[in-house]
Amino acid sequence: MVDITPTRTTTPEPIARPPSTVRRWLESIALLRESWVGSIGAVIVLGFALMAVLAPLIAPYDPNLPMVPFAFPLSAAPDGGVFWLGTDHLGRDMLSRIVWGGQRVLIYATVATMAAYVVGVLMGLMAGYFRGWTDEIITFIANVILSFPVMVLYVLIIAKFGASGANIVLAVVFASSPGIMRIVRSLTLDIATREYVIAAQTRGESSWYIMLWEILPNARGPLIVDFCLRMGYTTITIGALGFLGLGLPPPDPDWGGMITETRSFVLAGFPHMAIIPAVAVSLLVLGFNMLADGLREVALRD
Amino acid sequence: MVTSTPIQSQTLAETWAHPLDQTPVLECRNLCISYFVRAGEVPAVVDFNLRLMPGEAHGLVGESGCGKSTVALAIMNYMGKNGAITGGEILFQGRDMRTMTAEKLRQIRGSKIAMVYQEPMASLNPSMKIADQLAEVPLYHEDISQADAFERSREMLSKVRLPDPGRIMDSYPHQISGGQQQRVVIAMALLSNPALLLLDEPTTALDVTVEAGIVELIKDISNEIGTSMIYISHNLGLILETCDHLTVMYSGEAVEVGRISDVFSRMRHPYTQGLFSSIPVPGTDKNARPLVAIPGQLPLPHQRPTGCNFGPRCSHAVSGRCDTSEIPMVTVNGDAGHKVRCVRASEIDWTARTVNVTQREPVEVGDVVLRVEELSKHYEVQRTGLLLVGETKTVKANDDLTFRAREAETVAIVGESGCGKSTFAKVLMGLEDATAGEVFLGDLELGQLGVRERDSKTVAQLQMIFQNPFDTLNPSHTVGSQIARVIRKFGVETDPVKIHQRVLELLDTVKLPREFAERRPRQLSGGQKQRVGIARAFAGDPKVVIADEPVSALDVSVQAAVTELLMDIQRDNRTTLLFISHDLSVVRYLADRVIVMYLGQIMEKGTTEEIFSPPYHPYTEALLSAVPIADMSVTKRKIVLSGELPSPTNPPAGCPFSTRCPYVMPGTCESTPPPERVMSAGHAIACHLQDEHLRAMQPVIEIDDTPDPPPEPELLPAAE
Repeated sequence: MVDITPTRTTTPEPIARPPSTVRRWLESIALLRESWVGSIGAVIVLGFALMAVLAPLIAPYDPNLPMVPFAFPLSAAPDGGVFWLGTDHLGRDMLSRIVWGGQRVLIYATVATMAAYVVGVLMGLMAGYFRGWTDEIITFIANVILSFPVMVLYVLIIAKFGASGANIVLAVVFASSPGIMRIVRSLTLDIATREYVIAAQTRGESSWYIMLWEILPNARGPLIVDFCLRMGYTTITIGALGFLGLGLPPPDPDWGGMITETRSFVLAGFPHMAIIPAVAVSLLVLGFNMLADGLREVALRD
Repeated sequence: MVTSTPIQSQTLAETWAHPLDQTPVLECRNLCISYFVRAGEVPAVVDFNLRLMPGEAHGLVGESGCGKSTVALAIMNYMGKNGAITGGEILFQGRDMRTMTAEKLRQIRGSKIAMVYQEPMASLNPSMKIADQLAEVPLYHEDISQADAFERSREMLSKVRLPDPGRIMDSYPHQISGGQQQRVVIAMALLSNPALLLLDEPTTALDVTVEAGIVELIKDISNEIGTSMIYISHNLGLILETCDHLTVMYSGEAVEVGRISDVFSRMRHPYTQGLFSSIPVPGTDKNARPLVAIPGQLPLPHQRPTGCNFGPRCSHAVSGRCDTSEIPMVTVNGDAGHKVRCVRASEIDWTARTVNVTQREPVEVGDVVLRVEELSKHYEVQRTGLLLVGETKTVKANDDLTFRAREAETVAIVGESGCGKSTFAKVLMGLEDATAGEVFLGDLELGQLGVRERDSKTVAQLQMIFQNPFDTLNPSHTVGSQIARVIRKFGVETDPVKIHQRVLELLDTVKLPREFAERRPRQLSGGQKQRVGIARAFAGDPKVVIADEPVSALDVSVQAAVTELLMDIQRDNRTTLLFISHDLSVVRYLADRVIVMYLGQIMEKGTTEEIFSPPYHPYTEALLSAVPIADMSVTKRKIVLSGELPSPTNPPAGCPFSTRCPYVMPGTCESTPPPERVMSAGHAIACHLQDEHLRAMQPVIEIDDTPDPPPEPELLPAAE
């Protein structure tokens, strides 16, 4: 005969203390360990985030200060330090520019994605919950926007309103909220049929209460995954806009802008100037995508 | 009666050495199955034995999580990535399946062993015609021409009694009804002429009258074709109707095995007994003979107690004997066919009626609280074509409903899917406006008053309990905050401290620990969630509560506890309960008056007594006959309806039941709506049949009144 598990719980099961919200978040993050893809993604993203926060401590020089032009990585700096990643054509320290540029990218990507989320979630909730005409109108607008080539849309918006941080955010909101709206709409359509939503309706709750309190919290799983993916897209967008000269106004460091400014020197024997920011963009985007994959994998388990 | 016969513990070797000339179709020996999850190994089934002879039908019965489906999956060797057989063996026709190659297993599956699952739609490929799906079976397993395969499929469809097999062959799965789909799945399973048919809850997703037809079919298969069957169900009544032997499972173990007649009339395990006293059968009554719930709940697989798994919930458990070591299966009175996993089986007085049955005084009903007058709810369904707007069709979800409900009364609304009971609940709750007619709560007309136009007091007076325990609470918020919201919304209390106090009191009322206020729904079991749902409905001191199948999704042993709780709270608060259900057994147990609905219309209404005894409406009669009853002393008259529920978009012009009615009078019933025949004050039947015809009907259910079978001469155990 086979041994049954020897746990002795004849006494009533003790009631576990409910974990606090912070604790539950930490526990969910700890689950990421089970997905190596997700763990690597988390390490990359956290690394960049840390770099952005600690930029003043990490960056050895003023990112806009011209020093020795065309220095290769690991060459000595005049003040006795080291240009770890070399300098660009104007003699500015690449490492400092990458670090400060990373801070820029992360701030704008986060703000823009969040703003797009606010708009997309509200539209999606309304379309999915009210249905009927509201849905038809919102979906129609979303389809019109989505049918436009995104890059053309960005260029149009920035060309119209000028290049500035706020306009980048505006462009991203405009271009990505329809996609978010679609996800939220389909989640809402499903969740709105649940009995707890009907229970809320039968006690006469307002539509906004039901949407924000009963429906939205239960859509968070897929939305968190999508948020990570979109952070990656937005990072690419900001890089691409910078590359097209539509990013942040110079001389402030901007990864996309750094590639544009220095790409003519790649063939002249100084590839590091363009390759390093390009690698930074790719690495961050890869980090977000891997994190999203990991979260999805962990969420699907058990 | 206390038997003093010592139960002889036999070794397994002796038991299995039982001389038999035939090879069993299937034999499970000391089978152990585990799942491997994040937390480690979870034993799903432990020490499971089964011996299935050719032509036998064996029932596996138990509550969710007892391992009955795991056994079936292990037999099919579909354990998934994280499941494994960790011990014992499965012999199919004498050969060990664990040592077979993947190729050999594939040959056996589908040709020698076939399985029918609960959801027919999930077993059929939605993008293939029935004909192609059926023909695939012989084409794959045999050397046969396409034409012959189609011919065989057509024959099999008529064998499972599908009308017009030609049309079915040419249909896609979504074009036929759920009952027809399940017949197709059974036909597919039988096509390869299997030696063993596994049926996993094959009728749970179907309506009762459709279920009755499938059950009849399954019985005929075992009688005529002689296929051996394993029938998995949580419903003891269905097992009684279909099987010869059964195994009762609890928490991964078989606790009682035997012939149907032995287990049903002489159960020798406290769990089996508990199961039988928690299901409503004719004879139980909410006042005179209430149900007895099994206390506690099923242990989680990794938290099973030492010794008897049922020990912590058992009233006969003795510490030192039941909780020390593994409990072996022992034979009952030396009868090798009846075994039980209980060390005290021979000591317990099994004839004693279950302990602590508190009888209750019937409740005096008060004044009329809810009046429904000729209420109708019609939906306009527009068929839009590509360019032009098509014709508009009217779906009469509720047609001309009239009834009253009094204070402290339980009115049951009975009907199958599509009968309009959910629409009625929506109109009552103010989520839909009535098309015509009126609903009065006290003096207030509610038919046209949406829920947001009602004042909070009115809303609080009319509350609802939902069906699905996994859906009734918002998984994102704590139990306490969800109840508190209701209290605040209904203006019962405004002060946060008092609100919290009231939440705790409500938890006391539904007999949940106060700590549950801080818990989230996923930490609660199904029964506990349903209790929270009840607490939420009663938070605003309602006058009328609509309960939409509140216990049908719960396990049998939990059902009784929740039903009793609901009855107690109703009794204390003198609430009017509108109990929506398809289960006539529960309705008979708890309702004072019953309304039988079919396709949006009331077919019959009256007191529970009047509904359950003749004269009947023909539909009520069929419904009564269809409900499986887990009681050997009950004999039923068999009425199996032909055909399926008509689509609500295209109902018959006359009596809605005329398409399936065994008494249909051609020329009258299909064209003219039936008149309401008043049989006695309050008892009305909508039917064309003449009064004398109705009054001449015989009862469907007869109860053999002899209280208990006389004690049979005990078989003496083999000499020791």
